[in-house]
Amino acid sequence: MYDIEKIHEAASVAEAVELLNAHPAAKIIAGGSDVLIKIREGKMAGCELVSIFGIDELKGVKLEADGTIVIGPVTSFSNITKDPIIQKYIPVLGAAVDQVGGPQIRNIGTIGGNISNGVTSADSASTLFALDAKLEITGPSGIRKVAIQDYYTGPGKVDLKTVELLTAIRIEKSSYDGFSGHYIKYAMRNAMDIATLACVATVKLNSAKDSIEEMHLALGVAGPIPMRCPNTENAVRGKKIDKSLFELVGKTVLTEVNPRTSWRASKEFRLQLVEELSKRALKQAIIFAGGVLHD
Amino acid sequence: MTKQIKCIVNGNVVEVHVDVRESLADMLRNRLYLTSVKKGCEVGECGACTVLIDGESYDSCIYLAIWAEGKEIRTVEGLVGPNGELSTVQQAFIDEAAIQCGFCTPGVIMSATEIVEKGTKPSRDELRRLLSGHICRCTGYQNIINAVEKSL
Repeated sequence: MYDIEKIHEAASVAEAVELLNAHPAAKIIAGGSDVLIKIREGKMAGCELVSIFGIDELKGVKLEADGTIVIGPVTSFSNITKDPIIQKYIPVLGAAVDQVGGPQIRNIGTIGGNISNGVTSADSASTLFALDAKLEITGPSGIRKVAIQDYYTGPGKVDLKTVELLTAIRIEKSSYDGFSGHYIKYAMRNAMDIATLACVATVKLNSAKDSIEEMHLALGVAGPIPMRCPNTENAVRGKKIDKSLFELVGKTVLTEVNPRTSWRASKEFRLQLVEELSKRALKQAIIFAGGVLHD
Repeated sequence: MTKQIKCIVNGNVVEVHVDVRESLADMLRNRLYLTSVKKGCEVGECGACTVLIDGESYDSCIYLAIWAEGKEIRTVEGLVGPNGELSTVQQAFIDEAAIQCGFCTPGVIMSATEIVEKGTKPSRDELRRLLSGHICRCTGYQNIINAVEKSL
């Protein structure tokens, strides 16, 4: 039995907003694989909840006419990985969320919950940063949009006001078209573990496939919240694909991260991972993009 | 607060009064007496409480009972044949001695049932990944993989 004071079930976004409005102290529960754990630990004991788990309009992936991919935040990780639109246009996201927990967790955990939890290690977060995801947030006064970079306001904190809920994750065509990407999760176990460090690189090559037109590099657990690496991205723009490119990435990325020591790993080890995984993620992304690596 | 929910459990339509605070594992064990559903870690890490909901594996300990409304749920009790026969997966677990203390077994069997019913032929490495949501504290993993491989 969970220590829940009250739970209100919403069947639509409009009903969820109404319920949140009527019960301002209530917290949102989607798949529950974070919220129920917190309740059991006592951190959220006695809470009032609004369940958005049953809102079908917040599930699934759609492709809009202009090429924007719209992900319903209550879509489970496994349904994202299986989705044909994700597989065709942003397989890197499908692969990233396939690293969450284990099969049962991926069936219940939702992508919206993953980012709204505000943790730096969320497997979907770094990839959504690299894809410049725009979030649609619905409240009593309508819909507002916020870039995922601005959604994270601090460890465990996101820009979601009382009576608001995340209603769409939007990825514009310009953020994925022509890009290939690769996500690396470094953890102590192959399953049921949280990332010690998470790294994703997406890359667009020139037509000769021998230099970088644009790279997006995003990291999780390299700072209090997931982050993009703009200095590194700028440094590699237009650069030839050769050994010095990876050296440049490894050195530059270290100038813009701020990992900490935790019981999982020391700051020094995380810095080593930042340098090495950035190189490896870029290398694999280049291979996926059809680029040629020379020694 | 209680709520009446209606769902299909092991092929039978059931209507059950649940406390809105209870997990599906609590509902299956305490109200429907389906005690094959084991409560191990109760935080969705060990997989002992795994059941199939609409054909997919879920940790029933972190699934609210009220969310089961309209769903089709299967537990090990539902695998039994009309004359008490064991399922292919269950028989393979016996043949391969894939059981030690037995606590993790019902959960693993439900995940294995999902894998086998998909009709694909995963490799041993893929099977390890597909079963990675289960912890066997007797560490009998090799025989479990052998049994699931045999059931394919």
